[in-house]
Amino acid sequence: MLKRTALFEEHQRLGGRLIDFGGWELPVQYSGVIDEHQACRTAAGIFDVSHMGEVHVEGPDAEAYLNYLVSNNVAKLADSQAQYSVLCNEHGGLVDDLVIYRRARDRFLVVVNASNTDKDFAHMVKIQKQFQGGKARVSVTNESARYSQIAVQGPKAAEIVQKITKTPLAAIKTYWFAEGTVLGSIPAVLGRTGYTGEDGFEIYVPWEKGPEVWRALVEAGQPLGMKPCGLGARDTLRLEMKYPLYGHELTDETNPLEAGAGWVVKLDKGDFVGKTPIVQAKEAGLKRKLVGLRLLDRGIPRQGYAVYSGDGAIRIGEITSGTQSPSTKQAIGIAYVTIPNSAEGTKLTVDIRGQKVAAEVIPTPFYKRPY
Amino acid sequence: MSFPTELKYTKDHEWAKVDGKTITIGITDHAQKALGDIVYVELPAVGRTLKKHETFGVVESIKAVSDLYSPVAGKVLEVNSSLTDEPARINQDPHKGAWMIKLELTDPASATDLMDAAAYTAYVASLK
Repeated sequence: MLKRTALFEEHQRLGGRLIDFGGWELPVQYSGVIDEHQACRTAAGIFDVSHMGEVHVEGPDAEAYLNYLVSNNVAKLADSQAQYSVLCNEHGGLVDDLVIYRRARDRFLVVVNASNTDKDFAHMVKIQKQFQGGKARVSVTNESARYSQIAVQGPKAAEIVQKITKTPLAAIKTYWFAEGTVLGSIPAVLGRTGYTGEDGFEIYVPWEKGPEVWRALVEAGQPLGMKPCGLGARDTLRLEMKYPLYGHELTDETNPLEAGAGWVVKLDKGDFVGKTPIVQAKEAGLKRKLVGLRLLDRGIPRQGYAVYSGDGAIRIGEITSGTQSPSTKQAIGIAYVTIPNSAEGTKLTVDIRGQKVAAEVIPTPFYKRPY
Repeated sequence: MSFPTELKYTKDHEWAKVDGKTITIGITDHAQKALGDIVYVELPAVGRTLKKHETFGVVESIKAVSDLYSPVAGKVLEVNSSLTDEPARINQDPHKGAWMIKLELTDPASATDLMDAAAYTAYVASLK
């Protein structure tokens, strides 16, 4: 039996095509991936992301525990500030990426990927038992079932969300959040965060309030060109930004420095899970790097396709994600390649059904928003 | 969803229009809807010989790659190369303008098991 979010009937009503996504029955698309993608880039898109996992980390030692758990420096956070980070295993591989919201000095909301919620939570509990001999004053609770999460993303997102809340959104900077209410009395966390490369909000409300908040947002956004967006558009939007996705760019064997997550790995902050192997890998010299490429000839790169040197002679990597970019109309891909082949402008080839198709390493993100 | 009665259909969701020995082939409206926005198509060279069920090309949507299977045995007479530049036509006009290839039927027996529109409609309904 697939799990359903509180918004399941809204998706049916809006004509969403429902699929099994990591055990969740969710819409892959409504009007069409390209149409939804363009709506999000030019006006706004609304996404049901209630399948994401929410973990509460609370107590006097919550910050110290989190700083041992994740790679980024949680001590840099102020109240109402959010931070992107990665969760590593003892071998320096990636368990997941996540966002930490500091609600108070001793209260954090940690948001993880849907398909990894159970794994991440088990990892968090395991580390909690190890940290300070299990004596730290911190509680870690999986509250995922209590939240509906709705993302509104796009240049018109703030205007739309403002219609359902009195919280002044203009005062919330990117990667900050506010705790307020929507529709008068519904408590909400309003985070200026997202996974599309657009301005926008991720809104956390009580699970059972999801449908009325969703309907109010759909109504507020429709006159401004907002459209409901499925998992298909969510993937093309993140891909154009080269945002990594667990199972594609991030795996249990991937080193965060190779994955381009070095900017959230703070080796100078003190010990954290996975630090020693990451430092060792860095000192030994990284072997490969995550790059963006585009095809110079016909075809579309897809996950798992082999990448070869420009002359096609030597295998030098693999595609982790790829599509035809709805924004640039180019066939784009993200790939792990060996360091000597990772510089912008390097000519490569991609094996597509036995044909070596010319490609080139290009700067990322693939898409830059005009505002 | 309605399927033209002048066409024949396969379980792989290709259609075939039989015109004497010339067979025109495309994918069905059901197939294009299931695929979503089609952004890439690869079709065979004129002159290639295809066995029944042989892969003759691919269509790719934003999300996925799908093989195209020949409904009959034949030799490629003509290819709708306009689809290369405008693959979205397959979404817009699957049963007519977005035909993909024309074959010369080389084995008439290979065309005998194709479904008519009523049978295909029932088949599509059974997939739900």
